[in-house]
Amino acid sequence: MSRIPGAGRIDRARPLGFTFNGRKLTGYAGDTLASALLANGVHLVGRSYKYHRPRGILSAGCEEPNAIVQLERGAHTTPDLRATEIELYDGLEASSVNGSPGVRFDLGSIFGLASPILVAGFYNKTFKWPKAFWERVYEPALRRAAGLGVAPDRPDPDIYDRAHWHCDALVVGAGPAGLTAALDLARAGVRLVLVDEGAAFGGSLLRRPAEIDGIRGARWAAQVERELASMPNVLVLKRTTVFGYYDHNYLMGVEKRTDHLGPGRTKGVARQRLWHFRAGRVVLATGSLERPVVFGNNDLPGIVLANAACAYAHEFGVSLGKRGVAFVNNDAGFQLVLDTHALSRNISHVVDARATPSQALAAQAAAAGIEVLAGHVVACAHGRQRVSSVEAQPLSGGGSRRLACDHVLVSGGFNPVVHLFSQSPGKLRYDDALACFLPAESLQSVGVTGAANGRFTLASARREARAEAARSLAKLGRGSNSGVTPFEDELRLKPLWSVQLALDRAIPGKHFVDFQHDVCERDIRLAAQEGFRSVEHTKRYTTTGMATDQGKTSNVVALALLADKLAKPIPEVGTTTFRPPYTPVVFGALAGRDRGELSDPARLTPMHTWHVEHGAEFENVGQWKRPWYFPRAGEDMHAAVRRESKAVRASAGVMDATTLGKIDIQGQDAAEFLNRVYTNAWTRLAVGACRYGVMCKPDGMVMDDGVTARLAQDRFLMTTTTGNAARVLDWLEEWLQTEWPELDVYCTSVTEQWATVAVVGPNSRRILQALAPGLDLSNEAFPFMTFREATVAGVAARVFRISFSGELSYEINVPAWHGLALWKAVMEAGKPYDVTPYGTETMHVLRAEKGYIIIGQETDGTVTPQDLGMDWVVSKQKRFIGSRSFSRADTARGSGRKQLVGLLPQDRYFVAPEGAHLVASPRFSTFDPARGSPSIGHVTSSYYSPNLEHAFALALVADGRALLGQTVQCALEGGLRAMKVVDPVFYDKEGKRRDGID
Amino acid sequence: MLNIRCPWCGPRDEIEFSYGGQAHVPYPGDPATLTDAEWAQYVFMRDNPKGVFLERWMHAHGCRRWFNAARHTVTHEIYGTYKPGEKPPERPA
Repeated sequence: MSRIPGAGRIDRARPLGFTFNGRKLTGYAGDTLASALLANGVHLVGRSYKYHRPRGILSAGCEEPNAIVQLERGAHTTPDLRATEIELYDGLEASSVNGSPGVRFDLGSIFGLASPILVAGFYNKTFKWPKAFWERVYEPALRRAAGLGVAPDRPDPDIYDRAHWHCDALVVGAGPAGLTAALDLARAGVRLVLVDEGAAFGGSLLRRPAEIDGIRGARWAAQVERELASMPNVLVLKRTTVFGYYDHNYLMGVEKRTDHLGPGRTKGVARQRLWHFRAGRVVLATGSLERPVVFGNNDLPGIVLANAACAYAHEFGVSLGKRGVAFVNNDAGFQLVLDTHALSRNISHVVDARATPSQALAAQAAAAGIEVLAGHVVACAHGRQRVSSVEAQPLSGGGSRRLACDHVLVSGGFNPVVHLFSQSPGKLRYDDALACFLPAESLQSVGVTGAANGRFTLASARREARAEAARSLAKLGRGSNSGVTPFEDELRLKPLWSVQLALDRAIPGKHFVDFQHDVCERDIRLAAQEGFRSVEHTKRYTTTGMATDQGKTSNVVALALLADKLAKPIPEVGTTTFRPPYTPVVFGALAGRDRGELSDPARLTPMHTWHVEHGAEFENVGQWKRPWYFPRAGEDMHAAVRRESKAVRASAGVMDATTLGKIDIQGQDAAEFLNRVYTNAWTRLAVGACRYGVMCKPDGMVMDDGVTARLAQDRFLMTTTTGNAARVLDWLEEWLQTEWPELDVYCTSVTEQWATVAVVGPNSRRILQALAPGLDLSNEAFPFMTFREATVAGVAARVFRISFSGELSYEINVPAWHGLALWKAVMEAGKPYDVTPYGTETMHVLRAEKGYIIIGQETDGTVTPQDLGMDWVVSKQKRFIGSRSFSRADTARGSGRKQLVGLLPQDRYFVAPEGAHLVASPRFSTFDPARGSPSIGHVTSSYYSPNLEHAFALALVADGRALLGQTVQCALEGGLRAMKVVDPVFYDKEGKRRDGID
Repeated sequence: MLNIRCPWCGPRDEIEFSYGGQAHVPYPGDPATLTDAEWAQYVFMRDNPKGVFLERWMHAHGCRRWFNAARHTVTHEIYGTYKPGEKPPERPA
């Protein structure tokens, strides 16, 4: 064990057992998986992605690139979690995501021997030929070799919540700066949310020795937290990561509520909660991430960031080994080394790239028995599965010193966490003295404070946080800017990205920039050499920063190296775009409760239960579930549709037409309104009559169609297609509200208020007569395209004599509540006629036999009524939406427009696929077998008709009406299939059947 | 997620609204008198400025009323919303 007696905030009275890669180990409450592993002396935690190199824990936070684990097994498994963020619980089970068969002996490390050729762009350059090999051979093999974790293959057993929260101020990060700002804001009475990703507030205060107001930092943080939590205007959220910053100060965060307790231990409690924040002002106190320096074999286990070593000592009481060497280029890093050593007492040397480190720090080091090698760098590290020594070299030239060690602390400077600020969106500026990007201007009301704004010392961070709180209050109109003036402090940093760069010569070993994607310094240089000048292109070519850590430790180093190679200043190269999420979010949290049945609402008609009981297969039409066909025992769809369509034309069928959109239109100007939106005339339609109408967009293209009935002088009932109901209502409202507010018209959707049963076929009159004995159903008394109010099956109903099949047909509308009763009554009254329930498929066959169009099938937004052969529905006398477009050159041209025609295949059983393209017949001069033939149109509807005993289709064909009687070819992969162009009405051309055939 | 102030319902999340394109493009009074080019201008052409844009929104999942907004297309800042027939807010300096 590598615990430092008495150190850390772990609870030594609560030991916790856990398993890593099958090995049983013990840690303590308060540990992370990473700290518990290190306490057990486990430094080798995984293999790298490409070269399968041994890797250890680099950091103590969310930036961790190496210690990526698969947590738990089965349905509860989560891939690619950072061991540095996983709070230890009893029974935890984790394994490395890479390493086959194990991390200590990995067959894949053979890739390391091949590494001279595995450079940037290797895959693109190498696995190109033969083409088919990519999918079948290369990709699966590469994915196996290079994959990260494994996604669970069972449904997620956990539940996830969602919360929306409005506040005056949202403070992200509860380190010293965030807590300071939050306290000032909260005391001023603003509605405040304070969020931190950690299990406890305090941030860096928990991880290094610090004092505030004379008490220890961690105690101070706990006191502030208690005060904030007790205030009614404050919401404090721990274990919550704000991962995305969107427009109008809308931020999203994910709160891990039970992850730290282990899976399945809190039944009925949401595992995570997705927070949606809307804030008047955002204060980002997100801290900074330390960055490594690139040197030879800088990826060996045992090489860690200085702040991580300090955190392991102070927060977890873990010492990283017996003898450590530090490599720094700045004061803050040097201080972290001293702070670590104060507990671990194991640092032998500080290798400082600066010629003269701060005197105070050097003196402290000397007092602690640490030798300082000023003006030196660590050129490379040695070791196999753990670092065993480093080479320290003077920058001024001269011999190197080999320093034995079992761990190395590295500090190459600090990158403010500007991710959220950058997303806001905010511009960054490069600070030469601090050698990092700092927040500049944002488009939104956001302040950045503390280390996130380049204030790397406690005093300056807190001073600036108070200034930011005052600024935020002023922005919120809650006080004036108090004039607290922040002060600059010095990091005293010597910019140092790579030792090869600093020494200006090649150093042996691999020099890693991006640990998780195994991108080396030479890959960046090669990319620049091959002409990749934009940082965005270099990123994609080398894949730097594209792993699950999104380059938190590598991006700035990579662009500095690119800048050097391009001989450009760093700000000119710029950063890649920071995109949400800041850290990975599980899909379950994003989906929340919107899973399974709740993912999309299903609309059911009142007769739905009957359809289910009678074995209907359903089709989704918008959100509606519509019966598709009603198969009897042993029937497939083809057989069922054949039986249903014959029954309708021979005797009677019944269809649930409830889903058709119904809009009640009332007002003095209702008729005038319809006159303007429909292409045909409406003012003289008699009360009690119905009319078919087509509406167009201003461009003259058909948008919807349907039958509308005049219920009274000032009242109409419009029907729309099922899928278009909401769109048509929106359309009507738009014109009424924005163009014609002077019209006295009111539109109300009544789709769900009415159930509609269509009784169709030659015997429909007899069935309806049995249900409505008092109603005169003769053709004279109740003609086609009229409606009557009557009592049907004991219920007040509206009966419309309209037809979508060409047969005698009645559509009976009753209040939805009575829909099921009416349906059953029709089935009962229809028994003598073997009334047959039918679904949408048969409906389609029947309507297509009559050449009736379906919006969205025969139309696609480029089709005019004239193209559909429906000139008769277009008034030449009046103005309506789109009328002007019919005289535009494109719509009025004499040739070339696609027109609706019918097609009969030469082979009567050939049902052409809908959407299939048509080409001119080989007999035509335009057909050139060598060059192929241009498409002259496409099949829009295609069925086999049991009534015609022939397959048939509707199609849009260029100048189709001129081709009547000629043959075109349906072009399919298997060859051409001949089809004859015919009139689109296939059945009952005279239209005799609509009045019945008695 | 924009925060849009419906003139009738107050500030609400963008998901409650549907977008209606450029505002103040009235349907021509007598389309028949327009040339093809003039009519095409109305049917097909819309502005796409970098800066303040007067545009239409509809509170689809609320009061279902149409209104106009002055939105900056770069910052997404909404300088004001107003009812049909009302004047747009003063252009910010």
